Amino acid sequence: MHPLSAYIEGVGLLGPGLADWPAGQAVLGGREPYRPHKTVLPPPALLPAAERRRSCAIVKLTLATGLEAIAAAGLDAASLPSVFSASGGDGENCHIICEMLASDDRQISPTRFHNSVHNVAAGYWGIATGAMTTSSVLSAFDASFGAGLLEALTQVVADNIPCVLLACDTAYPEPLYSARPIPDALGIALVLAPHRSARALAQIRVGLTEASADLLDDPVLENLRIAIPAARGLPLLRAIALRQDQHVVLDYLDSTRLAVAVTPC
Amino acid sequence: MNPLWLSHFTATSSIGRGLEQTLAALRQRRGGLAPCAFETVDLATYIGEVADVDAVRLPAHLADFDCRNNRLALLGLTQDGFAGAVRAAIAEYGAQRIGVFLGTSTSGILQTELAYRRRDPVTGALPADFNYRTTHNTFSVVDFTRHYFGLTGPAVVVSSACSSSAKVFASARRMLATGLIDAAVVGGVDSLCLTTLYGFSALGLISERACRPFDAQRNGISIGEAAAFALLERAPAQLDEDAVLLLGIGESSDAYHMSSPHPDGLGARVAMQDALEMAGLKSSEVDYIHLHGTATQSNDAAEAQAVRHVFGPDMPCSSTKGATGHTLGAAGGVGAVICALSLQHGMLPAGINTEQVDPALGLDYLLHNREQPVARVLSNSFGFGGTNCSLVFARAD
Repeated sequence: MHPLSAYIEGVGLLGPGLADWPAGQAVLGGREPYRPHKTVLPPPALLPAAERRRSCAIVKLTLATGLEAIAAAGLDAASLPSVFSASGGDGENCHIICEMLASDDRQISPTRFHNSVHNVAAGYWGIATGAMTTSSVLSAFDASFGAGLLEALTQVVADNIPCVLLACDTAYPEPLYSARPIPDALGIALVLAPHRSARALAQIRVGLTEASADLLDDPVLENLRIAIPAARGLPLLRAIALRQDQHVVLDYLDSTRLAVAVTPC
Repeated sequence: MNPLWLSHFTATSSIGRGLEQTLAALRQRRGGLAPCAFETVDLATYIGEVADVDAVRLPAHLADFDCRNNRLALLGLTQDGFAGAVRAAIAEYGAQRIGVFLGTSTSGILQTELAYRRRDPVTGALPADFNYRTTHNTFSVVDFTRHYFGLTGPAVVVSSACSSSAKVFASARRMLATGLIDAAVVGGVDSLCLTTLYGFSALGLISERACRPFDAQRNGISIGEAAAFALLERAPAQLDEDAVLLLGIGESSDAYHMSSPHPDGLGARVAMQDALEMAGLKSSEVDYIHLHGTATQSNDAAEAQAVRHVFGPDMPCSSTKGATGHTLGAAGGVGAVICALSLQHGMLPAGINTEQVDPALGLDYLLHNREQPVARVLSNSFGFGGTNCSLVFARAD
């Protein structure tokens, strides 16, 4: 199989102690120490007031990271196909619905219900950006970052078009947390393109492998990589931040990982 | 696109297990909707429940995956020799060269809904036997399916509400086009749960009767459940004349509202036009449209506008949701299988329950089955969040 090739034109990042891509680049590139603190989600300014009020954590995270990546790429969000990948829907919203459905009053609110769908972030993304383009909305549990990257790459390669990957996960409250311990929100957005532009950060060539996934050296960052599914993409961001030829293996399915050759532009 | 071959397919819904029962129900215009007696649900509505889902037993080594959604998945996979066809494909291509792309909206969330009734009264903890990953998590149905067959190729769930199991065909097409895989198990599985029943009730979108798509008096959906699967492969040079091909896919977003379609059906229009363009067909070359047709006022009005715009008022069309109910994340897969049956058996299925077609919708909505040669059909799937997908299928001859 020939590896799937694409150029990374822009990166968005938001997570615990990772305020944006420039800050994350400094940490992952080893120029700044990692100082974890709770993820701060900015209000979704691009949404109309009614939608802003109704939006949940995964919507805010997706908008923040996606818009950062697309601004860096110098592209128009309305014209980009998108791939949304998340382990699950909004955890807080799911908890409240399940609590109500187990109570004597099962009348959940319309907003609760429409925020429960896995594609809630994709729906709000369309409303915020005006993008009428295709969007793939995916879940692969802990393999969600790898699955999203592969789906985005097949869009770029099969159809020769750019696309934005938005891999985001948010925290689960108790009692769900004990069953699915995602401690905080983290999102990675990548703008991928078939051809190199002046803004390209790196070329990636991706194939399937049975090799084990790379770990991160910093034990606190490595804990983060394991704890939040979207953070399984951090070794790729580290390779981009180091700005030298790198081979990384990203986590994907139990039997299959992604081998990524990263060449800085 | 290069045509893709649906080498095997199957569907299980409230109108029947497998193709023979499904086709017989369509021919006899027999529906599967009945007054809701699911679990403890106290809503006045009709549902399309698949019989005996809870009698299905998962293999012992996959017991962790046990939940209504995966029981329904297994029931569907074991109809029409589908599982055997997947095993034959593994022998031909290798387990790592076959992808699994399935749609679901709620996966096994029922398991969590039930677990929340058994929380520890002191700590609030969920019961020890609750396994989130293998039941509730959105990926569970694909993870179950790949473990059931021992598949190791690319695998993912598409969960864009009611377009999910149409969109999986698009993911599979791209994976096949890039050479990552040689075949794909695609389809959708969605099962009854309290979240969707009470959720659609909260939105005022469920009918108290069996749903009546495109009726002047339509007043909401009936929720159903289903499992539908297809094995997709690159089309070989020689095919039987009644082999079914996927010729085109159109995907779009409304960018309008979370739970209402664009009033002019703008996104739906783009999806249908793009599907025709990818198939290299003019609208006049299509014989029938399998409508999304959920039976809410706004959905049917928006879809009718879009269909009229692309195809004009005379295109034969119908929705089969009056028979199966709206099977949500499985609806696109069910639609694909019904389209394949239509092509192979020369039959345009009528919509049932509908008494008087809404004249304002201005379409040739079928109230009686038509027996005629069928060469090319289009199937629509639209969903919450403004997600749209249209698929064009054709006979190989």
